[in-house]
This record gives sequence, structure tokens and C-alpha cells, in this order.
Amino acid sequence: MQVNEYKPLIVAFCCNWCSYAGADLAGNNRADYPAEVKIIRVPCSCRVNPTFVLKAFQRGADGVIICGCHPGDCHYTSGNYYTRRRMAMLFSMLDYLGIERERTRLEWVSAAEGAKFAATMRDFVQKVAALGENKRLEDLRCKK
Amino acid sequence: MQKITEKHLAEKAKDLLSQGKVSAVLGWRRGEFDYDVTPALFTDADEIENGLVYNCFCGANLSKYLVSKIRAVEGRMLVFLKPCDTYSINQLFTEHRVDREKVYIVGIPCNGMADITKIRNAVGEGITGVSGDECLRVETLYSDEPAELCLADVMSERCVNCKSKKHVAYDELLGDEGEVLDSHRFDEVERIERMSPDERFAFWQRELSRCIRCNACRDACPACTCEVCVFNNPASGVESKAPVNEFEEKMFHIIRAFHVAGRCTDCGECSRVCPQNIPLHLLNRKLIKDMNECYGEYQAGEAVGGVSPLTDYTAEDGEPGDLIRRRDTDA
Amino acid sequence: MQRIGVFVCWCGSNIAGTVDVKQVAKALESEPGVVFSTDYQYMCSKSGQDMIKDAVRDHRLTGIVVCSCSPRMHEATFRKTASAAGLNPYMVEIANVREQCSWVHKDIIIGTQKAIILGRAAVAKVNLNAPLTPGESPVTKRALVIGGGIAGIQTALDIADAGFEVDIVEKKPTIGGKMAQLDKTFPTLDCAACILTPKMVDAAQHEKIRIFSYSEVSSVGGFVGNFTVSIRKKARYVNEDICTGCGACVDKCPMKKVPNEFNLGMDNRRAIYIPFAQAVPKVATIDPNACNMLKNGKCGVCAKVCTAGAIDYTQKDEYIEEKYGAIVVATGFDPISLDKFDEYAYNNSKDVITSLEFERLTNAAGPTQGKLLRPSDGKHPEKIVFVQCVGSRCSSCSEKGKEYCSKICCMYTAKHAMLTRDKYPDTEVYVFYIDVRTPGKSFDEFYRRAVEDYGVKYIKGSVGKIVPEGEKLVVQGSDLLNNRQVVIDADLVVLAAAIEPDKSARPLATMLTASMDTNDFFTEAHPKLRPVESPTAGVFLSGACQGPKDIPETVSQASAAAAKVIGLLSKDKLVGNPCVASSDELMCNGCSSCERVCPYGAITYEDKEFRMPDRTVRVRRVAKVNPAVCQGCGCCTVACPSGAMDLRGFKNDQIMAEVDAICK
Repeated sequence: MQVNEYKPLIVAFCCNWCSYAGADLAGNNRADYPAEVKIIRVPCSCRVNPTFVLKAFQRGADGVIICGCHPGDCHYTSGNYYTRRRMAMLFSMLDYLGIERERTRLEWVSAAEGAKFAATMRDFVQKVAALGENKRLEDLRCKK
Repeated sequence: MQKITEKHLAEKAKDLLSQGKVSAVLGWRRGEFDYDVTPALFTDADEIENGLVYNCFCGANLSKYLVSKIRAVEGRMLVFLKPCDTYSINQLFTEHRVDREKVYIVGIPCNGMADITKIRNAVGEGITGVSGDECLRVETLYSDEPAELCLADVMSERCVNCKSKKHVAYDELLGDEGEVLDSHRFDEVERIERMSPDERFAFWQRELSRCIRCNACRDACPACTCEVCVFNNPASGVESKAPVNEFEEKMFHIIRAFHVAGRCTDCGECSRVCPQNIPLHLLNRKLIKDMNECYGEYQAGEAVGGVSPLTDYTAEDGEPGDLIRRRDTDA
Repeated sequence: MQRIGVFVCWCGSNIAGTVDVKQVAKALESEPGVVFSTDYQYMCSKSGQDMIKDAVRDHRLTGIVVCSCSPRMHEATFRKTASAAGLNPYMVEIANVREQCSWVHKDIIIGTQKAIILGRAAVAKVNLNAPLTPGESPVTKRALVIGGGIAGIQTALDIADAGFEVDIVEKKPTIGGKMAQLDKTFPTLDCAACILTPKMVDAAQHEKIRIFSYSEVSSVGGFVGNFTVSIRKKARYVNEDICTGCGACVDKCPMKKVPNEFNLGMDNRRAIYIPFAQAVPKVATIDPNACNMLKNGKCGVCAKVCTAGAIDYTQKDEYIEEKYGAIVVATGFDPISLDKFDEYAYNNSKDVITSLEFERLTNAAGPTQGKLLRPSDGKHPEKIVFVQCVGSRCSSCSEKGKEYCSKICCMYTAKHAMLTRDKYPDTEVYVFYIDVRTPGKSFDEFYRRAVEDYGVKYIKGSVGKIVPEGEKLVVQGSDLLNNRQVVIDADLVVLAAAIEPDKSARPLATMLTASMDTNDFFTEAHPKLRPVESPTAGVFLSGACQGPKDIPETVSQASAAAAKVIGLLSKDKLVGNPCVASSDELMCNGCSSCERVCPYGAITYEDKEFRMPDRTVRVRRVAKVNPAVCQGCGCCTVACPSGAMDLRGFKNDQIMAEVDAICK
């Protein structure tokens, strides 16, 4: 048995209306997902500035996931459509710079999808764990 | 076709000044050497007669200089713009950064600008003079005979891959109207895309690690005209001035590319001014290429009022994963 | 520097069971800004809240972090507590250690570690919180009800009775909805028309109610208290104000073969028609797809016979813009299409019908004047088979049908079966069922009467196939209780088709920015505690648009929605959400990027004079956010290249601080 099993650090940005509620529902249903996932609540996925994602990586996050309402269901009508374009460009850019693409993800999770939230997080953590530590975007000064 | 030289520019400038149509002229002035040409503001005929130049070292995009210079000018300001510079000024008009009424644009033709680094690579150090246009005569300290070079061989990358000889904004044109060209400007981006992630990482590590954070790219960029730059603003959370380590450089350049995404006209000033010769335009071009592929062709600055793909959407847009995966299947 | 108090809630054993609350409180004590940290069994209880108030006083706290359940649950509670203690309510942040920790992580060490990190992030955020004051906006004292079925009518009547103006928008030519098509209603068996039509008349005659029939909502703008709605009044080619509803035009219309939608196509109507005798408004409507005059200019009979001169072939769609303080959605349901259910031969045999068609067949105003006759040959059916759960309770992987229970079918099938046996005792009646669900008041008694007193034969099992053979329908099913296959030669088969939200609901939800579930039912703000409100402020839900409902339940929800609307409209002004965007004009470039992405049109520009360091004055274009219109999504903050635009309550530095705290 491995004693010091590698645990990735995952930052999840969740929109208040759908995905954060979906995470709450996962809690209500006692759906198990890894504790490596730490959620930051934002009003809408469109509040997530690409610099937040970069900042997380800089500070040592191994993966960043952004969750919002399904397209067409945004509480603010269109916020997630902008998120989709911005993140498509950001993720593609990170991929272009040689950053492992599995470290970033955008998922649509509704308030009713507690099970999907938990499953998504399990899958994401597993994929990021398989990559190991984020070395390519980490700021070594932030390392303890 | 009449060949347009700096003589024509000077005449035009003096003419408009004397008529009182403009009260200042933004052009280029020769520096210590032939090749260090800098943007300059002229207000009288003598200055223009003695100082205004137009040659293959006038790469600087005057749209950027216009933004700050025009504030001090009463009345209209004449600005000479090469075709690619006119895209930048349109973008500035779109973003209400410059008042169209205050600018008098004289479009001037461009046969491509020389890259002094390429000339140095060809003839060595100690260049004392460069003259000619299609064919360049380069004099050096170490040789009595001037070296002869073809402009085409020492042209800067952005001119080799020129996207347009067409002026998209002007009040007056010197010379003939050009056309939008079929360029190969995305070839290099595609080459990088075809690399493995490790190779890509190594490539950018090699390039970006040379960054000394002089901020020249930002300062020359016509899209970077923010009242307060985020990198100078402690509240932005990304403020930083020095290249502390490898991450810092990446962070700076990714954020910068993102800030100008959808607004960058691909004028190439960032790469031109980089003292470390980092191919920064390849970051911007990547975003332009992605946006073109995903959301339809869009050329920032092609017309006033253009809508950046990042401030627009359709319900049918693809997911981020689709984009990256599609590239894999293409490769 | 803030003086922050940290309060860790046990939530009984909900949190304390898998998170070491003492350790969390201890660990957060040393975080920057924290001057007090404690734990308690129920932070949300009165004594818990008192503890917070005391600590604010005793420790001169400027900020509060509560490690408890989801902020969606108790953020408002603790903000009120802070307010009562004299603190700005927006100086409170919640670390969600129940839904995100104790309930999902079984290991106490892991749960505790994560709770500390979440607490740390909340502390980091509060350190950068600033007091916020909400803006106020006036309330337009008028409500809009979308849908004129029993739900919409009841809601409108209740709101109007409280003294507020109400407009009903109904897409059909008459109000009444599905209930108008029903024959009798369970469990009391009074006739639907007898109890519905007086309400329709009440609505029509109420001085506070306006009915826009044959109309649709075309756009919605604004926000709670201040909606602006554009209503499209479709051209009915009849002047509503003049038409007396005499019906002379209908009698003379030569286009006689238009399927009558009110009778579900089981008989025909004319091109000009009044849906049914008690229609409200009782005015004629011309069907533009059927009318020869409108299609090719040849006819004009109705205009000739109309003594009132009400016919107007040139009528155009009309758009009406009106302001509302509240909007109630009452768009109702429809039976699903049975096209995918080939096994039941619905499309192959006229004698396989849906339950709603059965309602029309047994209704005195229906195509057979209430006589139960087979649609194919008009003969009296001797043997009827009812099939329940057609398209309801399907497995999630099923391509057709719905996962949910349609809720009303058990009861109406029992009603149909009972009424058939009552009127035609010679008819054999079979019901195939999976379960019989009768939880309403007097419902189970009703169902048992059908079985025990009326001899309806209930068979537990499903029907595999229905094959038309000659005049008969061979029904092959299974009888699970007796573990055998059954074959019944039926004369008539009635399918209890699942119900689904009306198709108009989805585009309406988009216009209202109201959320929907995967089945297109409107989502309620809270499934238990706020069942008649949509999460979008000022939008309320009435009837089956929120989920399958029978009439008693629909009416109670309709009245509940009305009560919520009345509560809203009786306020003179609304206190807004202070977490809105604002632009730092010193940094604003005036580039319009934010304006382009704002879904609410909350951003405008103005030219502003700035004094420059060199004593000159410079005029610059800067963005201005209207806080009453801004809903606080934050899209503009990312679009802004200079970072001038920020979102109060979720500022850039606050979110960055959370990221930092988590990644520490």
C-alpha cells in the first residue's frame, strides 16, 4: 500500500444557480467525490476570468474545472455562451503552450444533476491524478 | 504606377499644414542610424523637409502613437498609415479610443519592411548605413564595399506573410489601392500545433524564457491602450513588473494575448519591437486562427464597429473539448 | 484590517459527524484577521444566532465567517443576524462544510482538512469584503398571467380580488384550457364545465382582469417589479369588440372539413369558428390556414352574413407593450405524442384512443353528444381495455416516453372505467396497471368503488401488443399477480398517455430567464419551501407547467402563486441585490466591450471630464452601470480589457484571494 499517495489539487469554479446547486444536491444525496476538489462560488460561469484559472495553476493547482448551467439554461440568459467561447480559446491556448489539456475542463451541470457533478469530479480528479503534479504552469515561489 | 517616396509624403504633409487642414503631422524621423527610425510629430514645414523619412525601416505602427499624441493636438492631426496600420486605427475607432474627426489619414503604400536582425545576420555587425528600397546597399565599418541585399531576403516575417495591401481606412491615398492578400500567416502556428505537447512546451519554454519583461511588446501594441494596464494595477491580482521566473513570463504573455484577443489585428508590432526576438505574434495568431475556425472568419479592424468573436456567441458554438479534439483528428 | 469572527456549526451530527468542528475552529483562529473562533451545535438556531450577535459586540467584529451548510440555505439567515448585530449584512461569508464536506467525505481527517481549507478561503474573502447597500426600485402594480387554463384563471381571479390589475395571455381563441375539454372530474364526478365556466365568466367580467386571447408573449425585458412585456395579439380577422358571438358566420361558412382541435380532431369545424359554446371571449376566429378568403380571396360569406360587421380580412397581428410587476407562468401540459408507440396501434386503428379523446367521446358537447361509440364504425363497444402508464415511468434509457409518473392517469382511468360501467353496465371494462397510485383526499375510496361497486377488472401488468383484427383489437398483456399471459378481444382501447409541458414553455422560459428541468418543467426556487416561485425573481409558477398535477392541486398552487404575487405587488418598492457590477471610471477605456456582453442592457456610456496631472481637462467616454437593471452575472468584468469593471461581492481580488487560500 502506498503511504504517500499523490493527491492532486483541484479548483472548481461553480455558478451559483446550477452547478453550485448541483454540488449541493450531490451533498444532499451523499454522493461521494474526492475531497481534492475545492469549490469557489461565482454568480455565473461567465464571471470566471481566464486570469483566475492561470492564478490557480500558478499557485499550485493541478487542475481547474469550470462548471455552469447547460447552454440555454443560464440564469443570466447568455453568460455560459460567453464562457464557452472564452474557455475554448483559453484551453486551446494552454494546449498550444504544451500544458496538458486534461488539466482544464468546462462542464455543464444543472441544479438537478447532483450525480453528474459527483461523477464529473471523480473522473476529472482521476484524469488529473494520472498526469501527476502540475509542473509546467506552477510558480515555484508559491511552493511551500 | 507612380512610385511613392518620402518626397511625396513630405509634400502632402506640408500642403495640408499650409492649408490649415491639419495642425500636426505624425510620421517617422531618422535616428542616429538609417535603420533606427522612430515615430515623430511634426508641426512645421521645415521640420518635415529635414526630418520626415519613409523607407523600409518605417515599420512602427503610428496608430499606437496617435492615441497619446493626439490629445495634445488642437485641430486635426495627419497620420501616415501603411495598409496594415489602418486595421489598427479602425479597431481604435471601434473602441472609441480615438475620435475619427480628429484624424486625417493619408494611406501610403508599403512594399514590406526590412528586419534589421536579418540584415545583421547577412552582413554582420557594424552597420553604418543602409540605402535603397527593393535592393539595399549596406555599408559596414569592416568593409569598404557596401554589401548588396535584396529586400525580399531580409524582409520581416510579418511582411513576408503580409495579409493585406489594402487600406481599410483613409481620407486620402497616395498611390494605388491595394488588395487583401492570400497569406500563409498561419503556417507557423500549424507547425507548432502539429508538435507533440512536450515539443510545444519545450518550444515555448525556449522562446518565452528569454523574456526580460521590458514591456516593449505592450508599449508598442495598438490594442494595448488601456488607461491603466492590468500589469501596473495592484488591484488586478496579476500585477508584476519583473521576470521572476519561468511562470511569470508565461503568465504575462498568456494574459496579454487574451487581453487583445478579438481585438488584435495581427499587425506584428509585438514581435518587431521584442529585443529578444521572441515570436510573440505566434500567440496572437493562434487565437485569431482558433476564432476563425470556431466562430467564422473575423478580421479585427476590417471595418469600424466590427464585433469581436469573444463578445458574441451562438447557441451552436462548440465545446472547448471539441476544438482540441478536432485538432487531433486533423493532425 | 478586518476583525473576523469564525463560527463553526455542528448541524447536529450532520457536520460534526465527519468533520472535527473543534479542530476547524482552532485552525481558523490563526488565520489573518480572525480574532474570534468558536463552534456550536446549531448556528442557525436562535441561540446560535445570539452567540454571533454577542461575539460581534464583545469582540468588535467587522466580518463573519460561518462554516455551515450551503449558502443557498442559510446565507440570508446569517446576513440578517449580522444586520441585527449592527454589521453590514454583506460582511458575512459562508464556508459550505456540510454539502461540500461532511456529507460527501466519509473520512473525518479528510473532511476536517477540507473544511479548514474552505474556511480559510471564506476568511480570505471576508478580509476583502466591503459593506454593500442595496438599491431600491419601484414596483409596477400589475401582474401578467401567461396561460388561461384553470391555473391561470384561478391565479388571476385571486390577484384581481386583492385589488391588483391582472392581464391573462392565452394563445388559444378562448380561455379554459384542458379542463374545458374534460367531461367529469374526480373524485366527486361533478361536470368540469359546470365548475369551470362560471370561473371563466368571472374572469371575463372582473373589472381588474383583461384577457388577451389568441395572443402570445413575444418578448420580456426588465426585472422583478419592472417587467416590460410585448404581447402579440394574433390576427383573428374578427373585430373582438363588435362580434356578438351569434354564430351566424359559423353556420354559413362553406369550409366544413377542418379538423376540430377542441374535440381532438374527432369531428370537424368550419374555417371560422367558436371553439365551444361557453368560450370566453365568445367571439369567432378565422383559421387563416383553412379560410378560402384569406388564402386566395375567394369567398367572403362570413362578412356578408355578419350583421355586426365584425369580420375584417385585413386584420394584422398587433403588438401591445405593457409593464408588469410580476409574471405568473401557467402554461400547463399536453399529452405526449404516441407516434413512437407502435405496439399500441394508436396510429393504425381509430378505436385505439387516448384518455383525453375518451373525455370528448363521453362529453355531451363532444363529437357523439356523449354517447360512447367506437370512432371507427359508431357501434357501441362491448369490451373496453384501459392501459395505464403509456409513456410514463419509462426507464431512463428508453428512447420514448418519460421517466416521471404523470400522476393524474390512475385517477382519471378509474373515473373513466367507473363512469362506463355506470352508464353501460353491459360493457366489460379492463384496466392494465403497473401500480395504482391514489394518495389524494377521497382518492383511494374512489378507486376502490370502481373495483368493488362497479366491477372494473384491474389487471396488474403491462400490455405488450395491440393488434387490430377485423373489428376487434387483440390486446396481449401479462397478468403479473396470476403469472399468466392474457389476451382480450377489445372493441375499444383507451391509452393513458403521459403528459408533458406545453411546447410553448421552453421558448418562454428563455425569454423569462427562468430555469427548467430536463423534462422542460419549470424549476421552482426551492422544491419544498418555495414551490410556486421560479428562481428568477418576480416569476411565479402555477399549475402543471411546474410538474404533473390534478385539478385540486393545480388550483391550490394557483392560489399560492397568487398569494406570492399579491405579497410582491403590495410593496411600493423593492430592495435590490447590491452585488452588481460597477466600473472604475479612472481605469475605464470606454471601449464598449462590457456593453456588448451585458444581457440586461444595464451599461451605458457618458462623456466625463477628468482633471489631468498637468492641470488640463480631458473628456473621456466611460461606462456607467445601472444598478437596478444589473443582475450581477459578472460577464462584463471578463470582457473588460482594462479591469475597470468589477463585481461587488465577487470582486477580482476576492476570488483571487479564495484561489490563493485554497492553493496554499
